[in-house]
Amino acid sequence: MQTVDLQEMGLRGVNAALHAQADDTNQTAWTIENAKGAHAIACGLDAPIEVTVKGSTGYYCGGMNQQATIKIDGSAGPGTGENMMSGKIVIEGDASQYLGATAHGGMIVVKGNASSRCGISMKGVNIVVQGNIGHMSAFMGQSGNLVVCGDAGDALGDSCYEARFFVRGSVKSLGADCEKKEMRSEHLTLLQGLLDEAGIDADPKDFTRYGSARNLYNFDVDNAAAY
Amino acid sequence: MCGIVGLFLKDKSLEPELGKMLTSMLITMTDRGPDSAGIAIYGDESKGSSKMTVQSDAPDLEFAGLESALSDALGGTVSMKVISTHAVLSIPAGSFEKARQTLSEVRPNVRIMSRGDTLEIYKEVGLPKDVAARFDVSSMSGTHGIGHTRMATESAVTTMGAHPFNTGDDQCLVHNGSLSNHNSLRRKLRREGIHIETENDTEVGAAYLTWKMREGATLGEALESALDDLDGFFTFLVGTKDGFGVVRDPIACKPAVMAETDQYVAFGSEYRALVDLPGIETARVWEPEPATVYFWSHNTLPTNTEKAA
Repeated sequence: MQTVDLQEMGLRGVNAALHAQADDTNQTAWTIENAKGAHAIACGLDAPIEVTVKGSTGYYCGGMNQQATIKIDGSAGPGTGENMMSGKIVIEGDASQYLGATAHGGMIVVKGNASSRCGISMKGVNIVVQGNIGHMSAFMGQSGNLVVCGDAGDALGDSCYEARFFVRGSVKSLGADCEKKEMRSEHLTLLQGLLDEAGIDADPKDFTRYGSARNLYNFDVDNAAAY
Repeated sequence: MCGIVGLFLKDKSLEPELGKMLTSMLITMTDRGPDSAGIAIYGDESKGSSKMTVQSDAPDLEFAGLESALSDALGGTVSMKVISTHAVLSIPAGSFEKARQTLSEVRPNVRIMSRGDTLEIYKEVGLPKDVAARFDVSSMSGTHGIGHTRMATESAVTTMGAHPFNTGDDQCLVHNGSLSNHNSLRRKLRREGIHIETENDTEVGAAYLTWKMREGATLGEALESALDDLDGFFTFLVGTKDGFGVVRDPIACKPAVMAETDQYVAFGSEYRALVDLPGIETARVWEPEPATVYFWSHNTLPTNTEKAA
């Protein structure tokens, strides 16, 4: 176990040490102490290591992550896991706005609530939130799954493509071209797998699936006069 | 981008530390606003008099003999405490309008920063650490205070463009964001007789609240109607004699974090502004909801009212 103090080592020092880890590193477990809400902690990692951040983080923690597992022992600031490619981020507290924006792969788990624009323009990431999510979540979501064990705010899935949304609680409103969908057996299996991977105990049968109505995919000639 | 901090003390024993705590929070927010900084502090009240904080670019010249000039005009005792480019004048209660009139005649270049029973506003161009040191903010005590670090987007970097803005007796406003309909709103408010000094968007926001309250709205009602009438992005923190309030626009893209313990309620644009507060590890930390007006007051229980976007 490697333990580093962010205040002593500085952000660049800590991130450089993490970036120096190769695929076959023996230093697989790292703890970052004294995070104190700093920005860009553990950004751009590309090694199968486990990083635990003690305390809450600021903007963009775990951004662009590949392979690494990052655990935040607190709440996470805006843009956490932005453009993540693979690996896993687990947030013990709440997550601020635009969690996992444009992320292509991997999984993000939030034990508390996630704020507005959660999973905006998601491109393949799986996001599992134990609490609620804010407004405009999964706006323009293209691929991947957003699982919400609590409630969703206004305009869920506005202008979405093929991302899937599973919500256990209420949805304050659906965004343009987002609709409720049938929960078929393959979706129950998929959701069970996501919940298991996230370590959350919930029954897939309690969730409702939402997704694209696919009306915005093609231009409707009746709207020609609108432009 | 701008930075906002605020601290509302529940524990009286922390009052002597208010300036010190706010200074540390303010300096942490330098990255968000390095061009100017300001602080509104709610301190002592003395019966029969109220405070008027003024500013001058030539304080040695302009402040000399100011208290006797005002004293003669107002017919009561006026005392003055000069702190760098600012001076806090203690004037007889109820004499503000006359004091403002007199000041515009005897010292036309002196600007009024704030008025009220307990409020003092200090703001200048410069790095937050330099502004805080210039006014020795860390030595100030009080019941609550708010601070702002500015990165200008809508208007010039000047003292009058810095925040907080005074909106009425003991009321002030700081803003993170940008208003897009400030030009049309400024014209409307000027027609209504509201004095607006600069081309700054936030001053229009402050003037809007002043106008609403002149028309009979409470501060809470004025903030709720601001959600309808102000176009653009904003996280507002408003100070009152008894406490402070928070409101964010419905889109809520400007960040805001709050923390509450038995000792205080704190506001920061980012969590890192709050990390040195006592007991922050176990505080309740959350983000204020969009389009929702929150208030904390020394007189009443906290309230929050949601308004549909």
